[in-house]
Amino acid sequence: MSTTPAAAEFKKEATTLSKDLTHRAFIRGALKKYEVARDSKKARFQDWQQARNAASEIKWQAINHLDTHLADFARNLEARGAKVHWASTGEQAREIILGIVREKKAKAIVKSKVMTGEEVHLNDALEKAGFEVVESDLGEYIVQLRHEAPYHFVFPAMHLTRGQISELFTKELGTAPTNSPEELTMIARRVLRNKYITADIGITGANFAIAETGMISITDNEGNARLTCALPKTMITLMGIEKVLPKLEDLALFLPMLATAGAGQLMTGYNTMYGGPKQPGEADGPEEFHVVLLDNKRTSLLASAEQRDALQCIRCGACLNVCPIYKNIGGHTYGTTYQGPIGAVITPKLRGLQEWSHLSFASSLCGACTQACPVKIDLHHHLLQSRRDARAQKPVWWEKLAFQGAAILFTNAWMFDLGMKLGRIGQIFHPLIKGTPLDPALAWTKSRELPKVAPETFREWWNHRK
Amino acid sequence: MKVTLFIPCFIDACFPKAGASVVQILERLGHTIDYPQELTCCGQPAFNSGYWEETRPVAAKVLARLKDAEVVVIVSGSCGAMIKNFYPELFKDTPQEADALRLSAKCYEFSDFLVTKLGVTDLGAQFPHRVTFHDGCHGRRELGLKAQPRALMAAVRGLQLVEMEEAETCCGFGGTFSAKFPMISSAMGEGKVASALETEAEYIVSNDSSCLMHIQGLIDRQGKPLKTIHLAEVLNNR
Repeated sequence: MSTTPAAAEFKKEATTLSKDLTHRAFIRGALKKYEVARDSKKARFQDWQQARNAASEIKWQAINHLDTHLADFARNLEARGAKVHWASTGEQAREIILGIVREKKAKAIVKSKVMTGEEVHLNDALEKAGFEVVESDLGEYIVQLRHEAPYHFVFPAMHLTRGQISELFTKELGTAPTNSPEELTMIARRVLRNKYITADIGITGANFAIAETGMISITDNEGNARLTCALPKTMITLMGIEKVLPKLEDLALFLPMLATAGAGQLMTGYNTMYGGPKQPGEADGPEEFHVVLLDNKRTSLLASAEQRDALQCIRCGACLNVCPIYKNIGGHTYGTTYQGPIGAVITPKLRGLQEWSHLSFASSLCGACTQACPVKIDLHHHLLQSRRDARAQKPVWWEKLAFQGAAILFTNAWMFDLGMKLGRIGQIFHPLIKGTPLDPALAWTKSRELPKVAPETFREWWNHRK
Repeated sequence: MKVTLFIPCFIDACFPKAGASVVQILERLGHTIDYPQELTCCGQPAFNSGYWEETRPVAAKVLARLKDAEVVVIVSGSCGAMIKNFYPELFKDTPQEADALRLSAKCYEFSDFLVTKLGVTDLGAQFPHRVTFHDGCHGRRELGLKAQPRALMAAVRGLQLVEMEEAETCCGFGGTFSAKFPMISSAMGEGKVASALETEAEYIVSNDSSCLMHIQGLIDRQGKPLKTIHLAEVLNNR
């Protein structure tokens, strides 16, 4: 295994958490509820597989004509007075947003869930520049209070029990302890309502961007995204360039699909379109509306003929929710903005193949993610391709040597046969070193018994019976 | 029919009964068995570890020997997926690509061969036990196997199949993954075993010995009241 700092940290965390039975039971329990809800809502689609085919095709066309769709989107949006900014890198995105915030002499900023904001470390940049930033999505607000990253890009605080949230609120907000989810929500609501009213700037992400009409579609379950957009005088949307959909009518498929695949809902609670700042004659809405389109290496993913479909992702999180790896190691272990299978696929592309290829190896390639993906991204095969690319570029010398040796062994059956005979002798003595640092099979025998070479191998049986 | 068998390395070495059962079942059905003894491994460990260059000599040998076979039966969903689905990928844009595609079309995992190709489900077997079935991921999701093994089990006298909730969830083996990330692999396996235990079955049956090797390893270490057995052995029990 190559050991970059990220890989070493991943392995350490994964090893600890996968043994943690409380964590395991808690995450599995939470995701079991999701599975039941998802399946019942999937049944409301006339044909889920056909819906996946259609969604995949629309997104495929969209990303393959990204240039024209983005140009249309920007033109249509600017025609209504919005300002569209193009950011090639995370740093540029931060600078653009900081520029707007400074120009407005903003004091307080409220954010609804913005995963691209996590991606470019926007909160850090804003806070370092002296601005107060408050997350308005309940889960994001909770992890912000804990000074930690989201555990799941759809359910940021799914790893916390009500008790832990109550303790956090008591410590940070001075409220009385409670075990009631309603009361906990009300506590956050009272704090956040004030923030919306006092904030100068609202920052949002986008679920979809409609090229045809120049509109942004945002879905949320708490109404927080709406308030973030409606109350502050300036609205900023930070979104990845892959979010674009050609037509307004595409939402008829994508909104229910996102809700079902992502959260086991028929539709998300609030589905809102934003098409620019307050227009003449309109009573409310932001006075200024900025959209920052973020590349941040998405175009290098677009350049990969093999893995381009990863840009079809609608960030529903379905692949995380079914991933047996995610269920055992949890979201923080990944150390990435995007966790789970999709994170393992795109992070090496967005942040460096060698530094992040360990995520592609940390998979049994079971394919549950690919089966669950509503837009049919070939996730687990992309993990396989990333492994190939990583090792072709920079092999691990002893692995390469071992597989070269294995190739000789496997192409000379007499050697294999001899190996089995030696194995039969070796396994007599193996108990002497089993589980010790001398054990060549230690990675296996730490937690499992080794299989035994049979008294008669298949080829021996075959030759004896003739 | 002349059936060319591909016996994976771990079946050859550790689970010969599964291979022998396949031979006996197919011979009883009147087929001639061709067992190419010069073949040992399909090359999947190197392939899944990213070493495609080192995989090619192993796969090339398999390809050269099997390409002219009438039909190839592979006693594993995982090695089946490797030969059927991933050889064409491995040899893409090479002179062997056409051979890989030709071989792919005549490759069958064992249960698929019986049900889909031969149209046989009742092999006259009996297995008076309560069992649960583990769908190996490669068989399930790369080869689309689900109904085939169940159709075969349904015809076994005395066999009572109780599906576990996590039948299609990965057991955590994943080839070299099981050694690279042993704790994640074992945690996944524990989930599998727990789900199987809920069914109160005596046996976990599967058409993939590699999964069973990992599951049995955990069962033995933890002393769980469960046994594992390859589907072919169940079907050969008369």
